[in-house]
Amino acid sequence: MKEKTDSILLSHGSGGSLMHELVRDVFIKHFDNAILGLENDAAVFKASNSNIAFTTDSFVVDPVFFPGGDIGKLAICGTINDLVAVGAKPYCLSAGFILEEGFPLKELERIVANMATIAKLAGVFIAAGDTKVVEKGKCDKIFINTSGIGVFPEANVPLFSKKTIKPGDQIIINGFLGDHGMAVIAARNELEHAISFQSDCAPLNLLLGELLKVDLGIKFMRDPTRGGLATTLCEICEGLDIGIKIFEDKVPVRASVQGLCDLLGFDPLYVANEGKMLIVAKKGSEQNLLSKLRKNPLGRNAAIIGEVISENKGLVTLQTSIGGTRIVNMLSGEQLPRIC
Amino acid sequence: MNWLEGYRSRELCEALAMEICRLATRPMRFMEVCGGHTRAIRKFGIPSLLPETISLLSGPGCPVCVTGRAFIDQAISLSSQEDTEVCTFGDLIRVNGNHGSLEKARAEGKQIRIVLSSLDAVEHAKRNPEKKIVFLGIGFETTAPGTAAAILKASRDGIGNFSVLSAHKLMPPAMEGIISEGIPIDGYICPGHVSTITGTRMYQPIVENFKIGCVISGFEPLDLMHSILMLIRQVLNDKPKVEIQYARAVKPMGNPEAQRMMYEVFETADEWWRGLGFLKNSGLKPKHKYYEFDARKVFDIPTFKETDPKGCICGEILKGLKTPHQCKLFARTCTPVNPVGACMVSTEGACQTWFNYEGKN
Repeated sequence: MKEKTDSILLSHGSGGSLMHELVRDVFIKHFDNAILGLENDAAVFKASNSNIAFTTDSFVVDPVFFPGGDIGKLAICGTINDLVAVGAKPYCLSAGFILEEGFPLKELERIVANMATIAKLAGVFIAAGDTKVVEKGKCDKIFINTSGIGVFPEANVPLFSKKTIKPGDQIIINGFLGDHGMAVIAARNELEHAISFQSDCAPLNLLLGELLKVDLGIKFMRDPTRGGLATTLCEICEGLDIGIKIFEDKVPVRASVQGLCDLLGFDPLYVANEGKMLIVAKKGSEQNLLSKLRKNPLGRNAAIIGEVISENKGLVTLQTSIGGTRIVNMLSGEQLPRIC
Repeated sequence: MNWLEGYRSRELCEALAMEICRLATRPMRFMEVCGGHTRAIRKFGIPSLLPETISLLSGPGCPVCVTGRAFIDQAISLSSQEDTEVCTFGDLIRVNGNHGSLEKARAEGKQIRIVLSSLDAVEHAKRNPEKKIVFLGIGFETTAPGTAAAILKASRDGIGNFSVLSAHKLMPPAMEGIISEGIPIDGYICPGHVSTITGTRMYQPIVENFKIGCVISGFEPLDLMHSILMLIRQVLNDKPKVEIQYARAVKPMGNPEAQRMMYEVFETADEWWRGLGFLKNSGLKPKHKYYEFDARKVFDIPTFKETDPKGCICGEILKGLKTPHQCKLFARTCTPVNPVGACMVSTEGACQTWFNYEGKN
């Protein structure tokens, strides 16, 4: 199915099906090579005898400051998490800034200081940077691009690959879904004082760093950011000879996040996260992994939410909380606030 | 009862499903006329719990779906005028008119802003006196009082740069229109939000004139299962009536204050419904007293023709005559990102809910 448009729409940045079309039909079409074609969160390649992970990401968020974080914290955590998703240990990052004329210096310094604090906490350093200033109105306050390099210190742990996923494998998430997206929505609509949660934005090497040093049966990981859990599960299924079944009553969502979603017409399965990792684990290894995740504050609410099945190939299905069954599709466009 | 968990109780839903299976020994067709119900029914997988004898049809209950293409053209035309900004609820921006959508117009630089309420648009007008702010008033009895409140506030506060392009609609004429066409329906699952405003009286003619039962339902799965069971009992007893399942929110008299505001500002007018055409006295336009807030009086807006896109069967889907899977465009050229028909635009439209929750085939 092809989603045709003549120009770039906001929906092209939503992380959903339109963005996938854009990446495949424009970027991969022209940039294609064996490493990029794998479409992993970070590229993994050999440099001398060691595997290296390399990734880049750009960050735009409105508002720049939100409950639980800001654009700088997001930029550092997002790139770290992309490296962690392929099993690498984040080593160093670059940071490029595009600043709009008139942006308050105090706010820039607050953002940069937060970036430094979170980088230090996560054990990475900023190795390179760049700054450009554009005329007022040519960008929205501040855009940040971060690239990151990660290394694989333990040579005996197998590299993750989607192709190893088999029926019976278990789907694990490390905690509550939708906190980041709804915290930003709340701040955007000046509802932040009415919410009891904040963005989950966090560097996940603090949760997974030690676990990735040994083979615990993890086969594949991806951080469900834009497009949320649903889109990430659809990405995993795409092109594979398997289906994924998840159980609504096992998917952790805070009542307050669910309430705000219900109010605005959003589905938490599609809301962005910035401190979550979706793990596909070999059958039999899930309980051990779960108990290890739960020992860490970033994984305290980890849960097994589903399993890989041999039926419904290429599809994600959901058993609803009342026992019904339905399809879970990739996010189409942006989630829009509903009328009533 | 805890609203979030209690109304989604698996045990109670299973018990209701068992009772529905026991009673529904012959085919029955129930129509929901609320987009929120359409979405909830598919999102919770309710059809997978029902026996084959029960068919749930999606009626003209999604405000976006029933909005005509000419209205979108008018809104785009307004956004092209100098110093004019159009404020809309988010669902509407992807609906195609005859000349593109508001989303595409926004990408071309036209001034189009998504708001969460009509009062946000008034506040926006207050903060930007140099601009003319036009709010797109769509929706049924649920949203019309909100638009009326916005006009009253603008009037009270002397905000002269705010106006409304109204395509507000009233639900009973559409419900009666469908039955009048002879479409076989055994009962209506009536809109909960609309009924909180209107109360039960407006459904009485449907029961009396057409002998079709009406159950006003809530939006949680237990509400919907319970409403289906109530309709089945009405059919089996051959005693159609208006019943309130959603008693925690709906009172028989509705919300008199909201009704007062709505009819203080608006009067009924003939209105175009996608799929149903013009229905007499089915729309709301600002009264003469509030003409300065009526975009149709403030601006010189060109007229556009109402047309249906080629191959699109939204009209038949909205009447419950066909399902989205029977449309040749469904999930091929018509998708939520690039909707051909309006039923694919909103998350509460029949086609989009099928696309999202029932699969593409």
